[in-house]
Amino acid sequence: MPYAIELRDISKRFGAVQANKDICLQVPAGTIHGIIGENGAGKSTLMSIIYGFYEADTGHIEVDGKRVEIRNSQDAITAGIGMVHQHFMLVDTFSVLENVILGAEGGALLKGGVAAARVELQRLANEYSLDIDVDAIVEELPVGLQQRVEILKALYRGARILILDEPTGVLTPQEADHLFRILKALKDQGVTILLITHKLREIMASTDNVSVMRQGEMVAHRETAHTSKEELAELMVGKKVRLTVDKDDAKPQDVLLSAQNLSQFDSQGVKRLKNVSLTLRAGEILGIAGVSGNGQSELLNVLSGITPMDEGEIHFAGQVINAKSPRDAAQMRDLKMAHVPEDRHKMGLVTGFEAYEAAVLGYHNSLAYNGKILMNRKAMLDECNERMAAWDVRPPNPHLKTANFSGGNQQKIVIAREVEQNPEVLLIGQPTRGVDIGAIENIHEQIVKLRDAGKGILLVSVELDEIMALSDRIVVMFDGAVVGELDAKDADERTLGLMMANAHNKEQEGEEQEGVSA
Amino acid sequence: MFETLILMLDATMRVSTPLILAALAGLYSERAGIVDIGLEGKILGSAFAAAAGAAVFGSAWIGLCLGILASVSLAMIHGFACITHRGDHIVSGVAINTIVAGLTVTLSMYWFGMGGQTPALSGDARFLDITFPFADALQDVPVIGAIYSNLLSGHNILVYLAFAMVPLTYWVVYKTRFGLRLRAVGENPHAVDTAGISVAFIRYRALIVCGILCGLAGAYLSTAHNAGFLKDMSAGKGYMALAALIFGKWRPVPVLLACLLFGFLDAVAVRMQGVEIPGIGQVPVQAIEVLPYVLTVLLLAGFIGKAVGPKAIGRPYVKERA
Repeated sequence: MPYAIELRDISKRFGAVQANKDICLQVPAGTIHGIIGENGAGKSTLMSIIYGFYEADTGHIEVDGKRVEIRNSQDAITAGIGMVHQHFMLVDTFSVLENVILGAEGGALLKGGVAAARVELQRLANEYSLDIDVDAIVEELPVGLQQRVEILKALYRGARILILDEPTGVLTPQEADHLFRILKALKDQGVTILLITHKLREIMASTDNVSVMRQGEMVAHRETAHTSKEELAELMVGKKVRLTVDKDDAKPQDVLLSAQNLSQFDSQGVKRLKNVSLTLRAGEILGIAGVSGNGQSELLNVLSGITPMDEGEIHFAGQVINAKSPRDAAQMRDLKMAHVPEDRHKMGLVTGFEAYEAAVLGYHNSLAYNGKILMNRKAMLDECNERMAAWDVRPPNPHLKTANFSGGNQQKIVIAREVEQNPEVLLIGQPTRGVDIGAIENIHEQIVKLRDAGKGILLVSVELDEIMALSDRIVVMFDGAVVGELDAKDADERTLGLMMANAHNKEQEGEEQEGVSA
Repeated sequence: MFETLILMLDATMRVSTPLILAALAGLYSERAGIVDIGLEGKILGSAFAAAAGAAVFGSAWIGLCLGILASVSLAMIHGFACITHRGDHIVSGVAINTIVAGLTVTLSMYWFGMGGQTPALSGDARFLDITFPFADALQDVPVIGAIYSNLLSGHNILVYLAFAMVPLTYWVVYKTRFGLRLRAVGENPHAVDTAGISVAFIRYRALIVCGILCGLAGAYLSTAHNAGFLKDMSAGKGYMALAALIFGKWRPVPVLLACLLFGFLDAVAVRMQGVEIPGIGQVPVQAIEVLPYVLTVLLLAGFIGKAVGPKAIGRPYVKERA
């Protein structure tokens, strides 16, 4: 029986970077095939080649044993390949229906196509439990449902091979479970699934076979049943790695930061942060768990002074900060509160800046970097060189634009910038988002080191593994409020998962969906 | 009073026509994600080409075709710069405006030697007013007669065409495959690309439609509203249309209303010339002429509600790693 999809000697080069080198891959029909690898290992490039975003320099692709030429996405769709992108390829202002038919309208006028799509979507919904309100506007749907629209888009086009790129990054554990049930159902119907992820747990739980990529090459193929997390992790990075963080018990001391009843409203008057109170002691890591978008970003922004709070107060460094007497982000920095923002591209860095410039952002008025009139370039460069060596930033070139560093190295630049200022409190959001395993280890070590030096660390992360590995105490947020707090020792994935979905009501998701106006 | 109102509305229709055509042109372009500050240049270019063509060939229709050709060519230059070469939309648009402002005058001097004008047009070389059937007979019926005979009847074909373009545009944008893709490409071109559709092809087609509509607007100015080309005769109509487009939030019917409002204010301005208003005195014409711009600024400042444009507007589409 021919393979559903087979890659033969695919190579792709971008300038000096060999993104894919002689990749061979065979995926039997009706299986779930995992592809893992660090960021920058070439997984996304490979999938982009299969989906026709890029053309391979050499090599070819066979679908069902027949050689196919895939020059653009249309060719891929014709060959029965569908893709669910990591960043959804949806038009936010369109309805679900419009998104699904875009590119497959079935005629110059929309009327007939829309009617046919309604029927077909109903059938798909029944067959694979992919229920959705087809008239809802996409931007008003929760991310789990937006992803469902992406899957429906592919199936509507008759995809027999479905590629999912990091599909669970934005989902709660419960939503992820639901996704995997859907994938299972698709598999049972004979759909072949390629699952790209860096989460070993998902690979182990859901795939039949797994292939490992490292530095642009396919380094191993395994049957999932005959491998282990440890083996795969080792194959990914090429050396033994620890998946847990070595740390001693915390020795919490004085309270450094305390927040009482913090609330904040957005520009539409919606309360995004709801009476949040918490304390942070010296020498501890306080983890904030929660599904992305449940008030964690607002909390970080309020604590760091980026947005003023509307109610409540913060006690920090002997000062009382409230709505009447706010501090801005620069003032908070002066009080020795450092902040590693969640989104390093939007808030952490100016991507057009060279590394040494980005490395002083926020501290650019400091005497250390300034002469009488001009900035002291030499001081900035020297310091940047030093930090790049200490933090193993690669390539160690202070003149490279920050946009051209990999995610992990960008993050190291940001974290080094904040940590090297020797803050009392470090607010750190998604420290390892889009960061490869080698760098994750390094970043985690640095965070623990800072804690052991008696600083207070507030860690916001949507990665449960990270929260559990690093935190000494865990606070769970849902819908802008704190819904629970527990000692890290008592936390397990299930408990946290349920708390993140606000204590065990899964029905809520359904209600929300109905509440969306079309 | 009623008579005056009818007269002013009649003037409004005439003044609004190029605004409506140009604003709809901008709608196609901007909905596809291409900022079009070059509406002005396209109108002016078309006005010249249409007048020159009409003068040489003695036919308004040939003039119109040449006007459209000129305008579409300019739109394609804009497209080549912005779509193919990912240039800055504003820079390209301003360049077109500047080139056209100079080129039209230079060419008309070279060809016609009349100090930057084209020969005065008459007869078949102009679009003449159309009188509706029974317009004369109904003239004296109260109210209805005035509306039918004086307001609706007696415009040239381009005026009716401009108004017909509004429902047509609505239908194209919301009810056809082209419209769906047009809107999608202005919101999230990546979604369009991954759906297997060429982003560039859609944007070029949108610009062709934009060129045609600007061509109509320009031809209207020089061969219907006036009888020949005058230096800088577009007089900011392209910018005004752009303001109406934003004012109407990139939607056909509100855009029409915005154009009519601007046209009405223009008609009022003409009417108010030298008129004494009791208690205030003579209002400077400029004070009324400035109103459309003031309204637009107020809107952009958020006083009248948020104007949220297509999300991907002005950004060249570059394939990125997914």
